[in-house]
Amino acid sequence: MLLQQVVNGVMLGSTYALIAIGYTLVFGVLHLVHLAHGEVFMIGAFIGLYVVLWTGGGVVPALVGALLGTALLGVLIELVAFRPIRARGGHFLAPMISTIGVGIVLQEVATRLFGSELVGFPHRLEPVTFRLGPLTVTSLQLLILGVALALMIALHVFVARTRLGMAMRATAENLLTARLLGINTTRIILLTFAIASALGGAAGVLVGLSFNAISPFMGIDMGVKGLAIMLIGGLGNIHGAMLGGMALGVIEVLSVAYLASSYRDAFAFAMMIAILLLRPQGLFGSAEAVESRV
Amino acid sequence: MLAVEGLTKSFGGFTAVAEVDLVVDPGAIHAVIGPNGAGKTTLFNLVTGVLAPSAGRLTFEGQDVTGWRADRITARGVARTFQNIRLFREMTAVENVMVGAHCRTSGGFLAAVARWPWRPSRAERATVRRAEALLELVGLAAKRDVAADELTLVEQRRLEIARALATEPRLLLLDEPAAGMTPTEIQDANRLIMKIRDRGVTVLLTEHHMSLVMQVSDRITVLNYGRKIAEGSPETVRRDAEVLAAYLGADA
Amino acid sequence: MIDPYTESVLIFLGINTVLALSLALPVSAGLLSLGQGGFMAIGAYASAALTTWYGAPFPLALAVGALLAALAGLAVGFPALRIKGVYLLILTMGFGEIVRIFFLNFEPTGAASGFGGIHQATTLTGVTVTVVVLLLFFAQIRGSRIGRALEALREDELAAEVMGIELTRLKLAAFGVGALIAGLGGALYAHYALFIDSAQFGFHRSAEIFIIVLLGGMGSFWGAVAGAAAVTLLPELLRVIQEWRMTFFGTLLVAMMIWRPWGLIGRPRPRLIPGTPDA
Repeated sequence: MLLQQVVNGVMLGSTYALIAIGYTLVFGVLHLVHLAHGEVFMIGAFIGLYVVLWTGGGVVPALVGALLGTALLGVLIELVAFRPIRARGGHFLAPMISTIGVGIVLQEVATRLFGSELVGFPHRLEPVTFRLGPLTVTSLQLLILGVALALMIALHVFVARTRLGMAMRATAENLLTARLLGINTTRIILLTFAIASALGGAAGVLVGLSFNAISPFMGIDMGVKGLAIMLIGGLGNIHGAMLGGMALGVIEVLSVAYLASSYRDAFAFAMMIAILLLRPQGLFGSAEAVESRV
Repeated sequence: MLAVEGLTKSFGGFTAVAEVDLVVDPGAIHAVIGPNGAGKTTLFNLVTGVLAPSAGRLTFEGQDVTGWRADRITARGVARTFQNIRLFREMTAVENVMVGAHCRTSGGFLAAVARWPWRPSRAERATVRRAEALLELVGLAAKRDVAADELTLVEQRRLEIARALATEPRLLLLDEPAAGMTPTEIQDANRLIMKIRDRGVTVLLTEHHMSLVMQVSDRITVLNYGRKIAEGSPETVRRDAEVLAAYLGADA
Repeated sequence: MIDPYTESVLIFLGINTVLALSLALPVSAGLLSLGQGGFMAIGAYASAALTTWYGAPFPLALAVGALLAALAGLAVGFPALRIKGVYLLILTMGFGEIVRIFFLNFEPTGAASGFGGIHQATTLTGVTVTVVVLLLFFAQIRGSRIGRALEALREDELAAEVMGIELTRLKLAAFGVGALIAGLGGALYAHYALFIDSAQFGFHRSAEIFIIVLLGGMGSFWGAVAGAAAVTLLPELLRVIQEWRMTFFGTLLVAMMIWRPWGLIGRPRPRLIPGTPDA
């Protein structure tokens, strides 16, 4: 029934939100779209998988492994693919195009290493089911939702309340001014990549858990969807990304439940196009960002 | 020819142009002056359709053109140059001018294809000839095939004028045409502006170089903080106390 | 006569060139698209359906496929009118995904199982003729009114509009014709590969076409040809590249963005994507 579906949608949406936030963080600070973020998410899922397979551990080690591994990957990407381009200056789309290259490489490497088939994602949880009034949720779902919310809250607190978080916001507003004020923008950028990628990696593990299957191709699907969410929420707006992700999750679940729709993946893009037509700056974005011409 | 009534433009809390009334007579050379930030370029942007007014009316040759899109206003007969030069940098001088002729010619993909590959169409050849004539007028005939970004600043300003003239305007707006010029170059600019007027084009210009403004204009409107504070012949304006106060310290 | 393998390589070279040209046109106007795969898919599926189900003659199927793709191009062009740069890229990516998802689910054309049994109608001669005609088309545009307008649009959109160029029609035309050509490429592809499914036209395809145009220097038509040659022929020459094709091109892309963002061919230009403020 409706409420159940909505709850399911929120579960799904929270993982979408995590990915969208990753894109948003990078865009906010560097004003570029990190088109390899979807692949980072995918790699996170596989790191989680192998942690579980090799250590026999459960969800927590998988998450930790994914968080650390993808954070590292994110930093590596910034060092290898972005910084050299910024150092040479000027071409505003070059870094973004370079991320296309990075994503392609990551994808092919993953396909070689892991094969192109879907791989099961084992979890060691007791399949406990809870009944909350008319709702049924499994322990797995609660775990996923819980982790996602915890990460989002942690991020919010970090960005809003800590000095580093403030430095990040300053860098996002105006890199040059931030640097002039003594903020080590180089480190902040690295930190941003690490956090954004870690969130993506965590989302990978969560998605793997919830769908019980991962493949090297999940990055592309999720990746473009994440972009769509970011656009819907407003480029660079974290709250927009969170809400957009949640909303999309709910819409998709409802579409499958009530429209028996196998086109559910298309909703993200349909919404995105609608937003672009009606309100290009996104739900929470500012109009100047899109249409400055003079 | 051009009537501006109560034209206002606000950006959020900041009003760049406040209820300006202005009438440009046909065949005149009309100057708009004022200190930096007085709203001159914003006024130009409003008149040429680059910005939409917050309030007020714009009438050109008796037709209400308020809120018209820039390309429509240009097609209607109003052209402009830019203060910070917006030429098509990698295109040659003659190509830049030919772009100006776009709204006076026709032909898209089909027309481009429907000709012998080794021979430009008759319309195209006519456009080239007109462009060359305009380059001749502004003294750039020799630089016909030079890329726009390889010209000197003064040459670029002249090229912008040629390009604007290619749209066959009846009113030409010149946004600081003498910026960056030496006194000799300013005299050349004066002559060019007179030549343009003699061809039947009305001119509305903004400028900081008083020598150009005083010598060339028939009528001057003075803006300060977005408002009109004086208007009249050069002599009248020169002596106006308010104008002097506004310009205190700033002169050219 | 050439051996079948070489012929196959040349045909793919031709098809890649067609696709590269399809992107080169909007790019020459400053409109970046990462969705050419979607237009290609429309051309491929539409033409395949016409020849396979209705026995339509190939030229007709080609034309219809291309036209349908062109219509899609106009449809995508509309929202693209008011947005720029990054937004446009994401919009076109989204479009590509929508098309892919659509064909993944659309039963009549096979959904996930794909569309097979297409008879071969694409010949080396046919492809060569198409490429030559397209190159002639682009050469004609070069020194023409609309070619100048496209270049002006790319250089400085605002100045172009103030000079009297109506942006809407121009952008739509660039998008539409680009999509038309991509549809053409898709139809040619379908009638050579004989089996198509939605996965072949997804983001990877769009990215590959983008890489080709990039390699040759954005918006340069001859560059598109050179890029297509590089992408098609290099894997043939070096076995290791063939095995790790995407890794090679991905790395090449990153390297290019670092050292030669203006393309492997061509000279450095002041701005890679003109029409944007210098950062």
